[in-house]
Amino acid sequence: MNDYIRPIDFKHGRVDMTHGSGGRAMTQLIEELFLRAFDNQWLRQMNDHARFGVGAGRMVMSTDGHVVAPLFFPGGDIGCLSVHGTINDVAMAGAKPLYLSAAFILEEGFPLADLKRIVESMAQAARSAGVPIVTGDTKVVERGKADGVFITTTAVGVVPDGVDISGERARPGDKILLSGSIGDHGVAVMSKRENLSFETAIESDTAALHELVAAMLRAVPDIHCLRDPTRGGLATALNELARQSGVGMEIREESIPVRGAVVAACEFLGLDPLYVANEGKLVAICAASDADALLAAMRAHPLGADAAIIGEVRSDAHGFVQMHTAFGGSRIVDWLTGEQLPRIC
Amino acid sequence: MTIPYLDEFRDGKLARVIAANIAAAVQPGRSYRLMEFCGGHTHAIFRYGVQDLLPPAVELIHGPGCPVCVLPVGRIDNAIELARRPEVILASYADMLRVPASGYMSLLKAKAQGADVRMVYAASDALKLAQDNPPREVVFFAIGFETTTPPTALVIQQAARLGLRNFTVFCNHVLTPPAMHAIMASGDGAVAGFIGPSHVSTVIGTAAYEAFVAQHGKPVVIAGFEPLDVLQAVLMLVRQINDGRAQVENEYSRAVTPAGNAKAQAAMADVFEMRETFEWRGLGLLPASALRIRERYAAFDAERRFGVTPVAVADHKACECGAILRGAKKPQECKVFGTVCTPDNPIGACMVSSEGACAAYYSYGRSTATTSP
Repeated sequence: MNDYIRPIDFKHGRVDMTHGSGGRAMTQLIEELFLRAFDNQWLRQMNDHARFGVGAGRMVMSTDGHVVAPLFFPGGDIGCLSVHGTINDVAMAGAKPLYLSAAFILEEGFPLADLKRIVESMAQAARSAGVPIVTGDTKVVERGKADGVFITTTAVGVVPDGVDISGERARPGDKILLSGSIGDHGVAVMSKRENLSFETAIESDTAALHELVAAMLRAVPDIHCLRDPTRGGLATALNELARQSGVGMEIREESIPVRGAVVAACEFLGLDPLYVANEGKLVAICAASDADALLAAMRAHPLGADAAIIGEVRSDAHGFVQMHTAFGGSRIVDWLTGEQLPRIC
Repeated sequence: MTIPYLDEFRDGKLARVIAANIAAAVQPGRSYRLMEFCGGHTHAIFRYGVQDLLPPAVELIHGPGCPVCVLPVGRIDNAIELARRPEVILASYADMLRVPASGYMSLLKAKAQGADVRMVYAASDALKLAQDNPPREVVFFAIGFETTTPPTALVIQQAARLGLRNFTVFCNHVLTPPAMHAIMASGDGAVAGFIGPSHVSTVIGTAAYEAFVAQHGKPVVIAGFEPLDVLQAVLMLVRQINDGRAQVENEYSRAVTPAGNAKAQAAMADVFEMRETFEWRGLGLLPASALRIRERYAAFDAERRFGVTPVAVADHKACECGAILRGAKKPQECKVFGTVCTPDNPIGACMVSSEGACAAYYSYGRSTATTSP
């Protein structure tokens, strides 16, 4: 018996409570949208889980909830962001990310056209990264109980033998490298939210960094620390690493790449680029003797073309991150206090 | 990449030239205690490390020009009380949300407990909130010196034109010159000269400081908010002190005129009148130092509409915000600085705002504060 099922109206339709009910409408949404977009052998089995073999080595797992507002911003959207963000968390262990899961919390009334656009963006990001989305979940909450869509993704990956990257491995004398300009993501989201337009368009830097990391590891297997400076920006990432390793840091303002448009927008919005989120940048710390080789490897990769050595690790009982200002003075670069930009990722 | 009209005021090479001139101008055996009145200057001084370029004889004292810092606890208690009324949406600048009130309360905590507190970037955002929420009472928590006062005046005028019935302003606007008088009168910081505010002065003009200079015989140099502005103002103050002069000088001539902004002044005069007295944190009750809404705009005055009653609340016993705001003490001389009182758990308002001296010391200058003997 083949009952006719009216196709989902992805042009004008909206999410309703039945899309999360576990019934036929939910199955239809999964088949017509998620399966079609993410298509792979694991999803095709239609189980509530994905089964896969594990190779030798250590596994890495990371999970990340995404609540960015607005959902679409210059240079990306919550879909590709939710893929990149979690891949990057796994990549920061030096791991090769293998599989992703995705859980959606949808608000009743959310336009299906927007959902489709987001899901297709996720699928595209996962495909380009070579990391399939192998299992997922969909829930719908009543109107007003969420804000459009929230996406939680989890990634698993494998760390090659001999790689030991961890936040507590920074040692005095080590060099601090940054893969490119800071502040782009936060400013792109903020300018969209505040309806600001600048002469030079500022786009989010959202990107999957695992291939850059792989290239870096080929050049320098003994990278001590990696961190993606997302919420709280570069300042927060450096303070986290300093605290984990029980060291201080000294950076030079002049060597930190920031796009002119980002500087101008930050002036306007009263933000400090050091605290603004990035979604496609990383901080690396390695022995001074490895720094030039690591920098060359980063610059040879498109996502590290503007990489720079921005400072050194110092011994400091207080764990301060200090900065020599371009103006000629020095100051502490402290932890972010309060919340500079809520709902940035 | 350079940003025109910005980078030239942050140029490290020029800074070294001015710093060398200051070092050469400073007379041996003489010390120069200079107060930057404004929190915007305090922030710039720390953010760019300006103090590092100055000779030891020049000491910068951080003044009370931080709107969040000078507001007494009682007024914040009032705002929380307003926010807790079920019909009220309280619109506030973000800085105010974390300022500690009585009983470990703050607007942020009141918000978490259900009060409808919204963060706005501008007075006009608050007006829009009122237009968008006709059944609710929108109260704009207006704070600040002469810089933020004209925008408040304009939204009140606009609300009157629109005939809005659900928009009021809880007015806490204060004035700069009376606070400068109070600092001299307190005799605390032994200040030899003032770096005058930039944005405030664009509104009130250089003429507004003439009476102060005549009365107290201390020089005032109005300076822009960029680090080179601050250095240049220090040089001008050192020269005045050396010459035994006390004048109002204008380093920020690219934006400040003798008479100030006539339109802004007219809007302020139309909407506001002088309060007989107003309580300032750290400075106490100061006569003719703050504004209230005139009778003709009474319908837009939250104090009248909701019958706000003044409450006197003592500051936290260990908190030295008062002495710090007068320049009598440095942040690290406060017992709770950096221990109990941090930007994440502020005891006093000076630790909340990025323009507050304690927050600036903590966030940017703690290394020197903690390693010095």
